[in-house]
Amino acid sequence: MAEHLSYEDSKRMVFKGLGLLAVITLIEVIFSLGSAGYLPGLGFLSDYAWIGYLIGFILISLSLYKAYYIIYEFMHMGHEVKSLAATVLLPVALLFWAMVAFFQEGSVWGERRELISDKNNIEAPILPAVPAIERNQQRELPAQEPVEQ
Amino acid sequence: MATATETTVVTDHHEEEASWDGAAKPFRVGYGKLMMWYFLVSDAFTFAGFLIAYGALRFSMPSWPVPDVVFSTLPFGLHEFLPGDKAPLIFVTFMSFVLIVSSATMVRAVQEGARENKSGVVKWILLTVIGGATFLGCQAWEWSNLIGHEHMGLRTNPFGTHVEDGYYLEDSHGHAYEAGTEPERFEAGETFLIHQEGGDWVQRSFVTETNPEPQRQSFGPKAFGALFFFITGFHGFHVFSGLVILSIIAMNSASGQYVERRNGYEMVEKVGLYWHFVDLVWVFVFLVFYLI
Repeated sequence: MAEHLSYEDSKRMVFKGLGLLAVITLIEVIFSLGSAGYLPGLGFLSDYAWIGYLIGFILISLSLYKAYYIIYEFMHMGHEVKSLAATVLLPVALLFWAMVAFFQEGSVWGERRELISDKNNIEAPILPAVPAIERNQQRELPAQEPVEQ
Repeated sequence: MATATETTVVTDHHEEEASWDGAAKPFRVGYGKLMMWYFLVSDAFTFAGFLIAYGALRFSMPSWPVPDVVFSTLPFGLHEFLPGDKAPLIFVTFMSFVLIVSSATMVRAVQEGARENKSGVVKWILLTVIGGATFLGCQAWEWSNLIGHEHMGLRTNPFGTHVEDGYYLEDSHGHAYEAGTEPERFEAGETFLIHQEGGDWVQRSFVTETNPEPQRQSFGPKAFGALFFFITGFHGFHVFSGLVILSIIAMNSASGQYVERRNGYEMVEKVGLYWHFVDLVWVFVFLVFYLI
């Protein structure tokens, strides 16, 4: 640890890191409140759905950056062997993808439920059991031959 | 020549022994530290499982309480000094700051350990413990406010959400409006809290734009309480066990146990990894529960 930074510099880097994380957290909260329309003067931001998605994407990116900083600097992964970093970070990256995928999955469940309840509520006229072609053309039905039992 | 060959063979053999007798470290890191990393990966899987459950359930619901409304109070009634009597997300942001500061003090403790400064290690670990304890205290207040004051339970969620614009027929105490008072309006997507008065729920009647029949405020999705308390409780349990372990390591350091060890203050580093993991999980719990 001493070979790359002096003691004084290392101490300063810790508090710089602390400041960085604190500022990013503050920015995240401001963005989140903004997308819900709580910032004075920026209340229109909650009116558009795409702003919500954009701000969500920004929040996720900022949190990923915080995670990178904590892992690489505070937990010293940046100074470890690269393959150790890979064995830890690859599963965690896959986990993160799983989270994103299942959030999307949840939305799809919601949409399907809505679709089913909409379909259940369709009011359709009950038509006589006549082939559609016949019904639409309103022809007289030909005499039917008796069906062999 | 024969001696030279023998020496070469002996050297090779010696290296082989070194590889297989424990003198070589995989990834050039000690066993304890490597296993701590892999324990943290397994714990990450557990937390990810819970957050996935939360996210999948939440986004499958037609409406969900808006976190900015649910988490808008401060202790000692301080939120009443703010416009609208609301402090959306302020308290939980403060909690995040506290945990980040405790992570920074932990890094300092590890740095002092590398310099074998025993008193420095103990001092910075104790500061970390104070930070963690403050976080837990704040979380305890948040829980007691939700449970005792707002009456959120594991299967009761008094935070509902309107799906259409409309206006109320009763005031916030459930009494009909006096003649001439403008009824309170609400918009689609607005979250409300069903209060209790005298032990009974006050579900205000309202009328929406499309439905002139009076309806009563209904409770929100039941899963909210169980998910919130379980996930934040599981995280809080990790913070608490981290505090216990940190205290033990502080006592061990103070007693001079790490001065003689071959790996010195590596134990402080390992516990530091655990503490940073706790902070990291909070970053994602904070993101998923409060920000998104």
